[in-house]
Amino acid sequence: MSSTPLDTKGEPVFYLKEDHHPENSTLLGFWLYLMSDCLIFAVLFATYAVLGRNYAAGPSPADLFDLTLVAINTAMLLFSSITYGFAMLAMEKNNKKATLGWLAITGIFGLAFLFLELYEFHHLILEGAGPNRSAFLSAFFTLVGTHGLHVTFGCIWLVTLMVQVSLHGLIPENRRRLMCLSMFWHFLDVVWIGVFSLVYLIGVVG
Amino acid sequence: MFSHLDTKSLIFGRLDLGAFPLHEPILVATFIAVALGGIVVVGALTYFRLWGYLWKEWFTSVDHKKIGIMYVVLALVMLMRGFADAVMMRTQQAIAFGGNEGFLPPHHYDQVFTAHGVIMIFFMAMPFVTGLMNFVVPLQIGARDVSFPFLNNFSFWMTAAGAVLIMISLFVGEFARTGWLAYPPLSGADYSPGVGVDYYIWGLQVAGVGTTLSGINLVATIIKMRAPGMTMMKMPVFTWTSFCTNILIVATFPILTATLALLSLDRYVGTNFFTNDLGGNPMMYVNLIWIWGHPEVYILILPAFGIFSEIVATFCGKRLFGYASMVYATVVITILSYLVWLHHFFTMGSGASVNAFFGITTMIISIPTGAKVFNWLFTMYRGRIRFEVPMLWTIGFMVTFVIGGMTGVMLAVPPADFVLHNSLFLIAHFHNVIIGGVVFGVLAGFNYWFPKAFGFKLDPFWGKMSFWFWLIGFYFAFMPLYVLGLMGVTRRVSQFEDPSLQIWFIIAAFGAFLIALGIASFIIQLIVSFIKREELRDVTGDPWDGRTLEWSTSSPPPDYNFAFTPVIHDHDSWYDMKRRGYTRPLEGYRPIHMPKNTGTGVILAGLSVALGFALIWYIWWLAALSFAGIILVSIAHTFNYKRDFYIPAEEVVATENARTQLLMKKA
Repeated sequence: MSSTPLDTKGEPVFYLKEDHHPENSTLLGFWLYLMSDCLIFAVLFATYAVLGRNYAAGPSPADLFDLTLVAINTAMLLFSSITYGFAMLAMEKNNKKATLGWLAITGIFGLAFLFLELYEFHHLILEGAGPNRSAFLSAFFTLVGTHGLHVTFGCIWLVTLMVQVSLHGLIPENRRRLMCLSMFWHFLDVVWIGVFSLVYLIGVVG
Repeated sequence: MFSHLDTKSLIFGRLDLGAFPLHEPILVATFIAVALGGIVVVGALTYFRLWGYLWKEWFTSVDHKKIGIMYVVLALVMLMRGFADAVMMRTQQAIAFGGNEGFLPPHHYDQVFTAHGVIMIFFMAMPFVTGLMNFVVPLQIGARDVSFPFLNNFSFWMTAAGAVLIMISLFVGEFARTGWLAYPPLSGADYSPGVGVDYYIWGLQVAGVGTTLSGINLVATIIKMRAPGMTMMKMPVFTWTSFCTNILIVATFPILTATLALLSLDRYVGTNFFTNDLGGNPMMYVNLIWIWGHPEVYILILPAFGIFSEIVATFCGKRLFGYASMVYATVVITILSYLVWLHHFFTMGSGASVNAFFGITTMIISIPTGAKVFNWLFTMYRGRIRFEVPMLWTIGFMVTFVIGGMTGVMLAVPPADFVLHNSLFLIAHFHNVIIGGVVFGVLAGFNYWFPKAFGFKLDPFWGKMSFWFWLIGFYFAFMPLYVLGLMGVTRRVSQFEDPSLQIWFIIAAFGAFLIALGIASFIIQLIVSFIKREELRDVTGDPWDGRTLEWSTSSPPPDYNFAFTPVIHDHDSWYDMKRRGYTRPLEGYRPIHMPKNTGTGVILAGLSVALGFALIWYIWWLAALSFAGIILVSIAHTFNYKRDFYIPAEEVVATENARTQLLMKKA
């Protein structure tokens, strides 16, 4: 027990006389949440990997996916991540107006992404390739739709934070929240890259 | 599902008078009993004007100790319900022979065994374990609360909301008839068109939100909130096992959530994940659910291992033998628990190589578990063992659990499993480890930490009665099931032809009767202890001569747990402090920063019950409204920035001086 802290009289110290402030756990907690969410996507990816070729005599990815549309869609989401990054840089410089501006642009990109995704879904369902057609389409709609649902909640959260930042400014609580949404937003980007590669690219090319 | 768009189904969905089981005498009688009991409780609370107190001091509390206690209360209530199901099954199987159909028709019997499994795992064992972790872990690491106190309250209420949905199914509609894991295609829309599986899904989804969030909360708490000096290898063993358990929760419950979501898409939207046609694959569900399900049994047993480790060290008056090996064994079990799931369905036919892999990993996992048993034995060796109630449970566990572990290794051999799969041998095995491990563990923990929570010990006589009835009852109830399983009797059967089997079922029913006496003794123990509380009072805060930090503060601990944050030098830190002449500080108190109570958790959980109920009964307007309500209340909650306050120094002084007075009077 050589590392025992001793007081001035050489007695061991058993308690702190001053206040003890453990480090804030929010970012760690949010990371843990993201990893648990990542497992939900892992299940959906695994399901897609297992069921993704069960076409049940119905259409296959090559028949359905329009890569140009998906490329535009992907660009929307990637741009929104960049603009969120700019919002965080503006936050670091304590520039409330620029932060809000970049957040608004991020939200518009997010909505554009959602719009294109809904357009694609609508189109597929009209073609008779809805989620009930085959296990492949069930897995496809669920994986992509769950991602879209996350982006939707991200947009609601973004608007909420914009209101809170404009009400209270860039106070520590709001900075922490912006940081959490930032992680969430980039996380969804990473998931989308998985969707884009494994579902769309391999589906059409592979 | 939109085929009958008339006004009635717009308002009530598929809920109608036929959903109320007025023609089932057992359910009507149960309902009358529950309703009368409910009226008495509500009346008493109103008469004694306790609603305000309950709301302010308990329901809205963010204090980890109160939330922990509420979890345990929920677990005990659900234990009664789950055990009632068990008694019905044992009685039915003991009499339903040779043309006698017993008193439970098959469709009712199937609901009973499903409800028994679901309730005992999700709403008895899980809340009990979570409750003990919630209560004990912050105290053991010298913290004043968990990392996210509001989230903690919310998690509890979501768990309770799931239990409420399951209880509603008893009187409105029906419960699933599928077994506790609801395998498709049986649980799909074609074979289970009723509301039973939907109750199952939404009950578990709502409770699952709570479980996942409480897992995140406790992991963050253990990583970030430890007192200065407490390195990972100085954490008490119970904190270590809680840490691993909560990592498992965070790493597995999302899989359950996603799997059940896929099943509900099959049922609600008509997708083809687990259907027999259009490319669906039911075995996908079985794989996914067991990837969650196997770690789940370790989520339950690891905290029990932690409880036994604390108790053995305390009641033998020795340091735990092999602390480091205990920690490594826990971590190894945590990792291995992910690599064994397929042993639940060797009969799927995945081939000899796959089955061999999972058979071997399953056998390997018994090695760290065996190491733990030896560590407990070596701790007892040459210890001065005090045979108090928690220690009795521990010894009962060590014997019983080893037997259960050995039958588990038998089941891990794939060729043997092909014979024993889904037989009563399996039922006997997992009750052997869950009752002998988890139930004995939480009851040991309950007896051990009760004085910490309430300031008086539990009556030892009735505690011992409870222990002996449980222990002997367990052997009577489950050893016959091993025999029956070896004779080839399968699980989930409500009537039998072969009269030679009956005697074994009668012995098992007698065992269930003994366990009922054990539960009755437990209730008597609580009542007697409450009446004799002055006699059993402990003012020292350290009734068992404990070794870890929770025993250094008063019983019950003040809201802030510790007036001064402790500094840790050793993993048995309180023992270390006592040994090296720690004296309690009597001055220098400062105001203490604490989180405020909030009712948001209760409101969100209430809305979740409404949402679940609406989805079960296809009441779409209510579903939309309650979902919108959940979103709006959550957002509104984030607009509240003033979530904390300071307990003034004078109040701390008053509390601590009162304790000083008590300690002096005692001395």
